Amino acid sequence: MPLKVPDRRGHFGPYGGRYVAETLMPALAELQRGYATVRRDAGFKRELAYYLKEYVGRATPLYFAERLTRSLGGATVYLKREDLCHTGAHKINNTMGQILLARHMGKHRIIAETGAGQHGVATATVAARFGMECEIFMGAEDVQRQSLNVFRMKLLGAKVRVVESGSRTLKDAMNEALRDWVTNVRTTYYLIGSVAGPHPYPMMVRDFQSVIGREARRQILQKEGRLPDYLLACVGGGSNSMGLFFPFVKDKAVKMLGVEAAGLGLESGKHSATVQRGAVGVLHGSKSYLLQDDKGQVMETHSVAAGLDYPGVGPELSYLRDQGRVQFDSATDEEAIASIRFLAEVEGIIPALESAHAIAVVRRLAPKLKKRQIIIVNLSGRGDKDMITVGDYLGVKL
Amino acid sequence: MSRIEKKFIEMKRRGQAALIPFITAGDPDLPTTLKIMRALEAGGADAIELGIPFSDPSADGPTIQRSSERALKNPISLPAIFQLVREFRKASELPIILFGYYNPFFRFGLDKFASEAAQAGADGVLCVDLPPEESGELKSCTDRRDLDVIFLLSPTSGADRRSLVARHGRGFIYYVSVTGVTGARQTFDVDLRRQVAQVRRATKLPVGVGFGISTPKQAAWIAEFADAAVVGSALVQRIEQAKSKADKVKQAGDFVAQLKRAMTAARKKT
Repeated sequence: MPLKVPDRRGHFGPYGGRYVAETLMPALAELQRGYATVRRDAGFKRELAYYLKEYVGRATPLYFAERLTRSLGGATVYLKREDLCHTGAHKINNTMGQILLARHMGKHRIIAETGAGQHGVATATVAARFGMECEIFMGAEDVQRQSLNVFRMKLLGAKVRVVESGSRTLKDAMNEALRDWVTNVRTTYYLIGSVAGPHPYPMMVRDFQSVIGREARRQILQKEGRLPDYLLACVGGGSNSMGLFFPFVKDKAVKMLGVEAAGLGLESGKHSATVQRGAVGVLHGSKSYLLQDDKGQVMETHSVAAGLDYPGVGPELSYLRDQGRVQFDSATDEEAIASIRFLAEVEGIIPALESAHAIAVVRRLAPKLKKRQIIIVNLSGRGDKDMITVGDYLGVKL
Repeated sequence: MSRIEKKFIEMKRRGQAALIPFITAGDPDLPTTLKIMRALEAGGADAIELGIPFSDPSADGPTIQRSSERALKNPISLPAIFQLVREFRKASELPIILFGYYNPFFRFGLDKFASEAAQAGADGVLCVDLPPEESGELKSCTDRRDLDVIFLLSPTSGADRRSLVARHGRGFIYYVSVTGVTGARQTFDVDLRRQVAQVRRATKLPVGVGFGISTPKQAAWIAEFADAAVVGSALVQRIEQAKSKADKVKQAGDFVAQLKRAMTAARKKT
């Protein structure tokens, strides 16, 4: 396994790259140069560290879930509490990094796509903080199921652009954001929220999210004096999983498990299990696994969790899967909902629907392991935004 | 020599700029597309860009997005599109450029795609989301066949990209007239003429201009300084709005004839 990925052109083995319209190529080169400069700059690092601590609220705790551990009766389970970040999810680790970069590059207008609305909220938040104009693209279907986040974005001063084309979810929001970017490329910074898209986004978003794994690694060494046996994270595009996994990639003894959304079941065809059920393809600027039909048309996906409802996945995850470094499992809508209730009852923590997919798998995995074995689960977000969806699912009218 | 190359040599000899209409294969259905292609030729088209519909046309404006959606409502596949090209090719030498997004070609298998497209009688491939940097795999399959991979340049492209595209491109260079997505526009950058001249200095390939050209007057202006004008959304919109299939065919042919007349007149003037 080559140690340095991506290469200079953003390839993770056969994946990644830069598959975009010519008009965007110079903008991506500019972004790559801008990022390369700040990445080595001590002043930028200090600035980012300052805002992550004072504004985002880092470091987040690595919490020993005692009652969860006892109730599952197997491995020792820790939760990385990204749900405690400002705005309620890990997304702001990346938006903070990118907004500071945008400022260094002299851009004043920020656009972003969003699925669950968490990335949209995190973008609108930092745009407000730094006084920048902000437009968020969101599929009409997601606008409906995440109405609370739509309101939050508006309150934060962002303009929410409702996307009615295609399947009216995250992938279509990303298409529309790309169309806006290609039109306003000279003035606009496109703040991508996942480890997807053309180079340098997958690498850059991974780097900004890696604060999760760096902290978790340090914290577990302090608490247990050793590395964990398993890392567990849900995977939509893959930003929270790459953020947790990346600082452990070279620790061969640490197993990594990505949890995809099985929706109504992998056999039902209504799921978002890209790595497990997709084939290699090109969408939104990079080559990776993709849920597509035999003619190369992108398939409509399903998950109760809007943040996982995406047919693509970050190229580095495809690469790590092929290397055998990351394994994949899945959880259904029903399991995710049940896991929200479970975690709420045993730990007093209501996870986001996305993160609940990882909880669902820890419920199956932990009982098979011994007490001295350690699992770290990335609790990527909190469930406040999902109360209406969960209520609907359980037949409770809010 | 490819049909595209031959066509541009012929146009140069006649002192004309080429008119290249774009339509989406399968909108509203493949048999009508064949009839539209024949009407475009009769109307004076010099080549045809045949759009391969894709579920996620992120470089297209609303008109071509809707067109792709209509085409995808019926079962449509590359073999069916090759069959369409083969059928058209029986009675025509007009160059055909397959215009689309990379994924359907990639998924089909690039070597199989290149071989079957060339055999069916297609002459060029243009993927809007495939810059030269990522085109190695495709070009290794197309370059040994008579299939030109056409690249784009845009107003944001600097000297480095002009020379890159000049090095890798075949057939012609497609200059995107505006920073934006496809779609009819009222006005163009007055600087367009200078930008095209800049591209010319970087390449011996012919330079076509597209994105936003929607009226005979605009096409005539482009013909003054470019080797080709590509007209897409304005034509697709007429096909969309015509009620019957027969009317779609007629409207397409009439519109192309108008564009062509204006372009020919413009060249005579200069």
